[in-house]
Amino acid sequence: MSAALPGPATLSWRDWLLTDTPASRAQAAWGRRYRLWRDFRANTLATGGLVVAVVLIALTLAAPWLATHDPGVQELANRLQPPSMAHWLGTDELGRDVFSRLLYGGRVTLGMVVAVVLMVAPLGLAIGCVAGYAGGALDRVLMRVTDVFLAFPRLILALAFVAAIKPGVTSAIFAIALTAWPPYARLARAETLTIRGTDFIAATRLTGASATRIVFCHVAPLCLPSLVVRVTLDMSSIILTAASLGFLGMGAQPPSPEWGAMIATARRFILDQWWVPTIPGIAIFVASLSFNLLGDGLRDVLDPKQR
Amino acid sequence: MIEVEGLHVRFDDVHAVNNVSFAVPRGSGFGIVGESGSGKSTVLRAFSGLNPDWTGTMRLDGAKLGRQREKQFFRRVQMVFQDPYGSLHPRQTVDRALSEPLLVHGIGDVEARILRALAEVALPPSVRFRYPHQLSGGQRQRVAIARALMAEPEVLLLDEPTSALDVSVQAEVLNLLADLQQRRGLTYLMVSHNLAVVAHLCPMIGVMLGGEMVEQLSADDLRHNRIAHAHTAALRALSTELEEP
Amino acid sequence: MSPVLVDIANLSIAFPTQQGLSLAVREVSLTLGVEKLGIVGESGSGKSLTARSILRLLPSNALVTADRMEFAGIDVLRAREAELRAIRGRRAGLILQDPKYALNPVMTAGEQISEAWRAHRKGTRRQARAAALDLLAQVQIRDPERVARSYPHELSGGMGQRVMIAMMLAPDPELLIADEPTSALDATVQAEILRLLEALVSRRGMGLILISHDLPLVAHFCDRVVVMYAGRIVEELGAADLSHARHPYTRGLIDCLPTLTHPKSRLPVMVRDPAWLA
Repeated sequence: MSAALPGPATLSWRDWLLTDTPASRAQAAWGRRYRLWRDFRANTLATGGLVVAVVLIALTLAAPWLATHDPGVQELANRLQPPSMAHWLGTDELGRDVFSRLLYGGRVTLGMVVAVVLMVAPLGLAIGCVAGYAGGALDRVLMRVTDVFLAFPRLILALAFVAAIKPGVTSAIFAIALTAWPPYARLARAETLTIRGTDFIAATRLTGASATRIVFCHVAPLCLPSLVVRVTLDMSSIILTAASLGFLGMGAQPPSPEWGAMIATARRFILDQWWVPTIPGIAIFVASLSFNLLGDGLRDVLDPKQR
Repeated sequence: MIEVEGLHVRFDDVHAVNNVSFAVPRGSGFGIVGESGSGKSTVLRAFSGLNPDWTGTMRLDGAKLGRQREKQFFRRVQMVFQDPYGSLHPRQTVDRALSEPLLVHGIGDVEARILRALAEVALPPSVRFRYPHQLSGGQRQRVAIARALMAEPEVLLLDEPTSALDVSVQAEVLNLLADLQQRRGLTYLMVSHNLAVVAHLCPMIGVMLGGEMVEQLSADDLRHNRIAHAHTAALRALSTELEEP
Repeated sequence: MSPVLVDIANLSIAFPTQQGLSLAVREVSLTLGVEKLGIVGESGSGKSLTARSILRLLPSNALVTADRMEFAGIDVLRAREAELRAIRGRRAGLILQDPKYALNPVMTAGEQISEAWRAHRKGTRRQARAAALDLLAQVQIRDPERVARSYPHELSGGMGQRVMIAMMLAPDPELLIADEPTSALDATVQAEILRLLEALVSRRGMGLILISHDLPLVAHFCDRVVVMYAGRIVEELGAADLSHARHPYTRGLIDCLPTLTHPKSRLPVMVRDPAWLA
């Protein structure tokens, strides 16, 4: 059945989307998406978070056009300048333009965060759901592996991993991902254990559905909301881990700019030239906050019972 | 259609079901009554394949059932649960819940089948894209029944299908189940604590106490108090005591 | 004439929703003396809200209006929180459906009853413990010592409900509100608990409000029955007069039950007349 197109005079597209009796699956799906969006928009803080996150990402993507200087060019005569017309956000200890470095640094930092999240969340979700649903020996093996990873201090494990390969952004991403997935697996497993015993999962088993289908089509979507929140809360700590790796020379390599590394190298000037380390700090703060607000809003919208 | 012989179910050190045997002819209904902990739901779960820890013999249409059920089994046997609030996935629309059995068994013609199933359980087509929390208890139980019928089974296992519903809704659901049985020749195996409900739908009744089936009698015998076991008499007395105003 | 325990006139309870106010209870008037009153209705009929409003135990967003709302002469609507606390638990007890959720899982039954007793009366620990054992014996528990030492998860549903009742009786209240006290229990246990409640209430001269969806059951154990539909009282009748019920809704509730003694091949289905709402 094809989706009936809204008639121009009698039915506005909004009525078509919001109708109580959608004529087809496509119409129902679009109606659902529209309602999600409407509910999300009603949450002012979450919308603010989304706007800020989108603006930040857009700014960093447009860095080559927006940057006023080359982020790598040093001007030792002009080091540690306060903000001025020439250098909007001042210069750092090597006389590089902080504004331009901030834009380019965002590419590295936000890129790392997004890459880590995209790897970690599905991996943790899959491991946790499979372990929780399967139970028995598979559960014990997967959870002991998780415990082993949890037992190591995060930074040390990441350091060891990067040192074993070769320092750089890519290996930093893998190193952080390696240390970040266990909490997600734990969380997903805990949720799965409560979901596993419910009647609706029993009913799905009785349709003859395979275990794989049950885990990925029926259990995993229910674990998603709490996972989304956890991920957004973790984003700031991922940025900080990336910064620590950078500071120890294991992450983004100088002179390539990265927010965490910018703070780390400039922290000596916090008392006399406070703006040099503070400005990338503000950038990290704004990014984390916007992701958190976005995640909170997403969780509220994703849970249909709250509407 | 259904034969159960010498069924035992043990959980750790509890002997939940002890040597239970009964048979249900095709197109008929068998009701199991008993109090909580009597093992009545455990019998149902063992037959449905949800609980693999059983010993004994169970046959469906003459064929012996194994510990692991084949996919084909779930086309022939379906179950309706007690709590319509818990047996529907909270994040899936009615449409999704009803199409799931079709997807699993690779049955085509989804669109028409869903509309027909909704009509069969007397639900308006408008509920198709709703979520369970947007429906009333009776509507949810109708959705659960519709889902059980999607793969066109021959046997329906009913686990207290009306005990979570208001009495007026219970009457509607019981009528619906009676109609469906007549129209499709379904075989019912039903569990309930309510004698009147079981006797309304099932011509034969088994009474369970402490894991054993202490008596099997026809609904007529139950009505006319031709009872052998004291527990059956006690349950009947409680039930009729309230009926006389 | 017995003293009036509860006097409600024109009670309405509304909840704000996205579509405006939704009325859950509409203009309900009710008086209760030392008697057993049953409130019957389907889910969403407002029966629980009505009973709980007497203790002002309502969701925080509920909007309550009433011409009169008194418990033993105290204006509940205008009472301060401290006065309400003196009513709740002490002068009026509430028994809930499932003792599994109403009892504290990390305290023994004996401790919980002693605590309820001590919260409302002056006494030593030893006295409280003795009182707890006495109360457990009063709710016809055969081995009070053992039950007092048990944690809630070690008790069966019926036993848990007895403990719950003992706890509510500890301060010697004047009114007991039982909200579906037996719907989680087996039929045999259900009858025992209700007989126990009936006996205790009669002996102690308390008022009882029994809330249930089960009309025959309520009629069997109460003196008077109030039938609620969509937030209104549609009929009020003596428990013995159930067969003379006049309102079609009450009749429908009775008729649509399958029975053992009068089997019907098809159950009559209730046709809801919009006029009932007027």
